[in-house]
Amino acid sequence: MSDVSVSNSLAVSRAGFTATPLKGGRRFALQGRKDTLEGAARAFGLSETPAMLKSAAAGDCTLLRLAPQELFIITGDAGLPEAVTTYLGTVPNSLVEVSERQIGWTLEGEKLRDTLAALSPLDMRERSFPVGMVTRTLFGKADGMVWRTDENTFHLEVWRSFGPYLSSMMDAAALDAAW
Amino acid sequence: MLLIRCPYCGERAEVEFSNGGEAHIDRPRDPMSLTDEEWAQFLYMRDNPKGLIAERWRHAHGCNRFFNAIRDTRTDRFVVTYEIGQPRPEVTPEQAAEAAR
Ligand SMILES: [Zn+2]
Repeated sequence: MSDVSVSNSLAVSRAGFTATPLKGGRRFALQGRKDTLEGAARAFGLSETPAMLKSAAAGDCTLLRLAPQELFIITGDAGLPEAVTTYLGTVPNSLVEVSERQIGWTLEGEKLRDTLAALSPLDMRERSFPVGMVTRTLFGKADGMVWRTDENTFHLEVWRSFGPYLSSMMDAAALDAAW
Repeated sequence: MLLIRCPYCGERAEVEFSNGGEAHIDRPRDPMSLTDEEWAQFLYMRDNPKGLIAERWRHAHGCNRFFNAIRDTRTDRFVVTYEIGQPRPEVTPEQAAEAAR
Protein backbone atom coordinates (compact mmCIF):
# COMPACT_ATOMS: atom_id res chain seq x y z
CA MET A 1 0.00 0.00 0.00
CA SER A 2 3.07 2.17 0.17
CA ASP A 3 3.43 5.02 -2.25
CA VAL A 4 6.23 4.16 -4.69
CA SER A 5 8.13 7.46 -4.47
CA VAL A 6 8.17 7.28 -0.66
CA SER A 7 9.17 3.61 -0.74
CA ASN A 8 12.11 4.20 -3.06
CA SER A 9 13.54 6.89 -0.81
CA LEU A 10 13.40 4.42 2.09
CA ALA A 11 15.41 1.72 0.31
CA VAL A 12 18.86 0.92 1.68
CA SER A 13 21.61 -0.50 -0.48
CA ARG A 14 25.14 -1.01 0.83
CA ALA A 15 27.83 -3.61 0.19
CA GLY A 16 26.50 -6.80 1.78
CA PHE A 17 23.14 -5.39 2.87
CA THR A 18 19.92 -4.35 1.18
CA ALA A 19 16.60 -3.26 2.63
CA THR A 20 13.88 -3.33 0.00
CA PRO A 21 10.60 -1.59 0.87
CA LEU A 22 7.61 -3.94 0.83
CA LYS A 23 4.81 -3.19 -1.60
CA GLY A 24 1.17 -4.16 -1.50
CA GLY A 25 -0.66 -6.40 0.90
CA ARG A 26 -2.77 -5.47 3.90
CA ARG A 27 -2.26 -5.72 7.66
CA PHE A 28 -4.67 -6.61 10.46
CA ALA A 29 -4.23 -6.68 14.23
CA LEU A 30 -6.52 -9.24 15.86
CA GLN A 31 -6.87 -9.38 19.63
CA GLY A 32 -9.00 -11.88 21.48
CA ARG A 33 -9.15 -14.63 24.03
CA LYS A 34 -7.45 -17.98 23.48
CA ASP A 35 -10.54 -19.65 22.01
CA THR A 36 -11.15 -16.73 19.65
CA LEU A 37 -7.62 -16.85 18.24
CA GLU A 38 -7.97 -20.64 17.96
CA GLY A 39 -11.24 -20.26 16.05
CA ALA A 40 -9.74 -17.62 13.75
CA ALA A 41 -6.75 -19.86 12.98
CA ARG A 42 -9.13 -22.68 12.09
CA ALA A 43 -11.13 -20.32 9.85
CA PHE A 44 -7.85 -19.72 8.02
CA GLY A 45 -7.61 -23.50 7.54
CA LEU A 46 -4.90 -24.02 10.15
CA SER A 47 -5.12 -26.73 12.80
CA GLU A 48 -4.14 -24.40 15.67
CA THR A 49 -3.02 -20.88 16.59
CA PRO A 50 0.71 -20.38 15.92
CA ALA A 51 2.66 -20.73 19.20
CA MET A 52 3.92 -17.59 20.93
CA LEU A 53 6.49 -15.77 18.70
CA LYS A 54 5.85 -18.19 15.83
CA SER A 55 4.22 -17.70 12.45
CA ALA A 56 2.11 -19.77 10.09
CA ALA A 57 1.15 -19.34 6.44
CA ALA A 58 -2.41 -19.90 5.20
CA GLY A 59 -2.84 -19.28 1.48
CA ASP A 60 -1.63 -15.73 0.76
CA CYS A 61 -2.04 -14.81 4.44
CA THR A 62 0.50 -15.04 7.26
CA LEU A 63 -0.43 -15.21 10.94
CA LEU A 64 2.16 -13.86 13.35
CA ARG A 65 1.72 -14.49 17.08
CA LEU A 66 3.05 -11.31 18.66
CA ALA A 67 1.43 -11.72 22.08
CA PRO A 68 -0.63 -14.31 23.96
CA GLN A 69 -3.80 -12.41 23.04
CA GLU A 70 -2.72 -11.03 19.67
CA LEU A 71 -2.32 -12.22 16.09
CA PHE A 72 -0.86 -9.89 13.48
CA ILE A 73 -2.12 -10.88 10.06
CA ILE A 74 -0.48 -10.01 6.75
CA THR A 75 -2.74 -10.63 3.75
CA GLY A 76 -2.77 -10.07 0.00
CA ASP A 77 -4.49 -7.01 -1.49
CA ALA A 78 -7.86 -8.77 -1.19
CA GLY A 79 -7.68 -8.73 2.61
CA LEU A 80 -9.05 -11.34 5.00
CA PRO A 81 -10.78 -14.46 3.65
CA GLU A 82 -14.56 -14.41 4.05
CA ALA A 83 -14.53 -17.47 6.35
CA VAL A 84 -12.42 -15.47 8.80
CA THR A 85 -14.53 -12.30 8.84
CA THR A 86 -17.68 -14.42 9.11
CA TYR A 87 -16.28 -16.28 12.11
CA LEU A 88 -15.09 -13.07 13.79
CA GLY A 89 -18.59 -11.64 13.41
CA THR A 90 -19.82 -14.28 15.85
CA VAL A 91 -17.38 -13.87 18.79
CA PRO A 92 -16.09 -10.96 20.91
CA ASN A 93 -12.77 -9.71 19.53
CA SER A 94 -10.91 -6.62 18.37
CA LEU A 95 -9.96 -6.59 14.71
CA VAL A 96 -8.28 -3.46 13.34
CA GLU A 97 -6.93 -2.91 9.86
CA VAL A 98 -3.53 -1.23 10.19
CA SER A 99 -2.35 -1.38 6.55
CA GLU A 100 -1.72 2.37 6.34
CA ARG A 101 0.04 2.42 9.71
CA GLN A 102 2.73 -0.06 8.75
CA ILE A 103 5.77 0.25 6.54
CA GLY A 104 8.26 -2.52 6.01
CA TRP A 105 11.33 -3.91 4.31
CA THR A 106 12.80 -7.21 3.17
CA LEU A 107 16.33 -7.42 4.59
CA GLU A 108 19.04 -9.44 2.84
CA GLY A 109 22.78 -9.72 2.35
CA GLU A 110 25.81 -11.37 3.92
CA LYS A 111 26.20 -8.44 6.37
CA LEU A 112 22.59 -8.82 7.50
CA ARG A 113 23.47 -10.21 10.92
CA ASP A 114 26.01 -7.51 11.74
CA THR A 115 23.63 -4.81 10.56
CA LEU A 116 20.76 -6.12 12.69
CA ALA A 117 23.07 -6.52 15.68
CA ALA A 118 23.83 -2.79 15.53
CA LEU A 119 20.12 -1.94 15.75
CA SER A 120 18.83 -4.35 18.39
CA PRO A 121 20.19 -6.25 21.41
CA LEU A 122 18.16 -9.34 20.43
CA ASP A 123 20.22 -12.39 19.61
CA MET A 124 19.15 -13.03 16.01
CA ARG A 125 21.38 -16.01 15.35
CA GLU A 126 19.67 -19.14 14.05
CA ARG A 127 19.89 -20.99 17.38
CA SER A 128 17.88 -18.39 19.30
CA PHE A 129 15.91 -16.83 16.43
CA PRO A 130 15.03 -19.67 14.02
CA VAL A 131 13.22 -19.34 10.69
CA GLY A 132 9.54 -18.51 11.27
CA MET A 133 10.15 -16.69 14.56
CA VAL A 134 8.67 -13.21 14.95
CA THR A 135 8.63 -10.59 17.68
CA ARG A 136 8.13 -6.94 18.42
CA THR A 137 11.20 -5.23 19.80
CA LEU A 138 13.08 -1.94 19.68
CA PHE A 139 15.27 -0.92 16.74
CA GLY A 140 17.27 1.99 18.03
CA LYS A 141 14.44 4.00 19.54
CA ALA A 142 11.71 2.77 17.20
CA ASP A 143 9.18 0.07 18.02
CA GLY A 144 9.24 -2.56 15.31
CA MET A 145 8.39 -6.11 14.38
CA VAL A 146 10.98 -8.50 12.99
CA TRP A 147 10.23 -11.84 11.37
CA ARG A 148 12.73 -14.34 10.02
CA THR A 149 11.28 -15.55 6.72
CA ASP A 150 14.20 -17.81 5.84
CA GLU A 151 17.75 -18.42 6.90
CA ASN A 152 19.12 -15.34 5.15
CA THR A 153 16.09 -13.06 4.95
CA PHE A 154 14.28 -10.98 7.53
CA HIS A 155 11.05 -9.04 7.23
CA LEU A 156 10.96 -5.84 9.28
CA GLU A 157 7.97 -3.57 9.89
CA VAL A 158 7.59 -0.35 11.85
CA TRP A 159 4.94 2.31 12.18
CA ARG A 160 5.01 4.59 9.15
CA SER A 161 6.38 7.69 10.89
CA PHE A 162 9.45 5.69 12.00
CA GLY A 163 10.27 4.87 8.34
CA PRO A 164 12.87 7.57 7.58
CA TYR A 165 14.48 7.11 11.02
CA LEU A 166 14.84 3.37 10.59
CA SER A 167 16.03 3.55 7.01
CA SER A 168 18.83 5.97 7.97
CA MET A 169 19.69 3.80 11.01
CA MET A 170 19.95 0.73 8.76
CA ASP A 171 22.05 2.67 6.26
CA ALA A 172 24.51 3.75 8.96
CA ALA A 173 24.61 0.26 10.51
CA ALA A 174 25.19 -1.39 7.13
CA LEU A 175 27.97 1.07 6.35
CA ASP A 176 29.65 0.20 9.67
CA ALA A 177 29.14 -3.53 9.10
CA ALA A 178 30.72 -3.35 5.63
CA TRP A 179 33.73 -1.38 6.76
CA MET B 1 22.82 -5.09 29.86
CA LEU B 2 20.11 -6.12 32.32
CA LEU B 3 17.92 -8.97 31.11
CA ILE B 4 14.34 -9.40 32.30
CA ARG B 5 12.45 -12.63 31.69
CA CYS B 6 9.01 -11.92 30.24
CA PRO B 7 6.77 -14.89 31.16
CA TYR B 8 5.55 -14.93 27.55
CA CYS B 9 8.60 -13.96 25.42
CA GLY B 10 11.59 -15.10 27.48
CA GLU B 11 14.66 -13.04 28.34
CA ARG B 12 14.79 -9.57 26.81
CA ALA B 13 16.78 -6.39 27.26
CA GLU B 14 15.60 -4.05 29.99
CA VAL B 15 14.87 -1.26 27.46
CA GLU B 16 11.87 -3.25 26.21
CA PHE B 17 10.12 -2.99 29.60
CA SER B 18 8.40 -0.38 31.69
CA ASN B 19 7.86 -0.52 35.44
CA GLY B 20 4.30 -0.42 36.76
CA GLY B 21 4.84 0.13 40.49
CA GLU B 22 4.27 -2.18 43.43
CA ALA B 23 2.27 -5.35 42.76
CA HIS B 24 -0.49 -7.07 44.74
CA ILE B 25 -2.28 -3.85 45.74
CA ASP B 26 -5.98 -4.63 45.53
CA ARG B 27 -8.43 -1.86 44.79
CA PRO B 28 -10.92 -1.68 47.68
CA ARG B 29 -14.22 -3.30 46.70
CA ASP B 30 -16.30 -0.49 48.18
CA PRO B 31 -14.37 2.81 48.13
CA MET B 32 -17.37 4.76 49.49
CA SER B 33 -17.14 2.92 52.81
CA LEU B 34 -13.50 3.92 53.34
CA THR B 35 -12.21 6.79 55.44
CA ASP B 36 -10.03 9.42 53.73
CA GLU B 37 -7.01 7.91 55.49
CA GLU B 38 -7.77 4.41 54.20
CA TRP B 39 -8.34 5.72 50.66
CA ALA B 40 -5.08 7.69 50.80
CA GLN B 41 -3.37 4.54 52.02
CA PHE B 42 -4.60 2.67 48.94
CA LEU B 43 -3.80 5.47 46.51
CA TYR B 44 -0.43 6.71 47.69
CA MET B 45 1.25 4.63 50.37
CA ARG B 46 3.79 2.09 49.15
CA ASP B 47 6.30 -0.08 51.02
CA ASN B 48 9.48 1.11 49.22
CA PRO B 49 11.59 -1.66 50.81
CA LYS B 50 15.36 -1.88 50.79
CA GLY B 51 15.55 -5.44 49.49
CA LEU B 52 12.97 -7.67 47.84
CA ILE B 53 9.93 -6.06 46.26
CA ALA B 54 7.07 -7.47 44.18
CA GLU B 55 6.36 -5.13 41.27
CA ARG B 56 4.33 -4.93 38.10
CA TRP B 57 6.24 -4.73 34.84
CA ARG B 58 5.00 -4.37 31.29
CA HIS B 59 6.72 -5.76 28.21
CA ALA B 60 5.98 -2.44 26.53
CA HIS B 61 8.09 -2.95 23.40
CA GLY B 62 7.23 -6.64 23.02
CA CYS B 63 4.07 -8.59 23.74
CA ASN B 64 2.63 -5.60 25.65
CA ARG B 65 1.50 -7.72 28.62
CA PHE B 66 1.76 -6.84 32.28
CA PHE B 67 3.40 -9.39 34.57
CA ASN B 68 4.78 -9.42 38.12
CA ALA B 69 8.37 -9.70 39.24
CA ILE B 70 10.32 -9.98 42.47
CA ARG B 71 13.40 -7.80 42.40
CA ASP B 72 16.04 -6.77 44.92
CA THR B 73 15.98 -2.95 45.03
CA ARG B 74 19.62 -2.80 46.15
CA THR B 75 21.13 -4.83 43.34
CA ASP B 76 18.42 -4.72 40.62
CA ARG B 77 18.65 -8.52 40.41
CA PHE B 78 15.41 -10.26 39.50
CA VAL B 79 14.53 -13.37 41.50
CA VAL B 80 11.49 -14.48 39.53
CA THR B 81 8.83 -13.19 37.14
CA TYR B 82 5.28 -14.56 37.09
CA GLU B 83 1.91 -13.98 35.49
CA ILE B 84 -0.58 -11.44 36.80
CA GLY B 85 -3.17 -13.13 39.03
CA GLN B 86 -0.76 -15.60 40.58
CA PRO B 87 0.06 -15.24 44.29
CA ARG B 88 3.41 -13.78 45.31
CA PRO B 89 5.85 -16.75 45.14
CA GLU B 90 7.91 -17.81 48.12
CA VAL B 91 11.54 -16.79 47.90
CA THR B 92 14.04 -19.24 49.39
CA PRO B 93 16.88 -17.89 51.57
CA GLU B 94 19.30 -19.06 48.83
CA GLN B 95 17.43 -17.07 46.16
CA ALA B 96 17.33 -14.01 48.42
CA ALA B 97 21.06 -14.27 49.10
CA GLU B 98 21.79 -14.61 45.39
CA ALA B 99 19.65 -11.56 44.59
CA ALA B 100 21.43 -9.51 47.27
CA ARG B 101 24.87 -10.47 46.00
ZN1 LIG C 1 6.68 -10.37 26.39
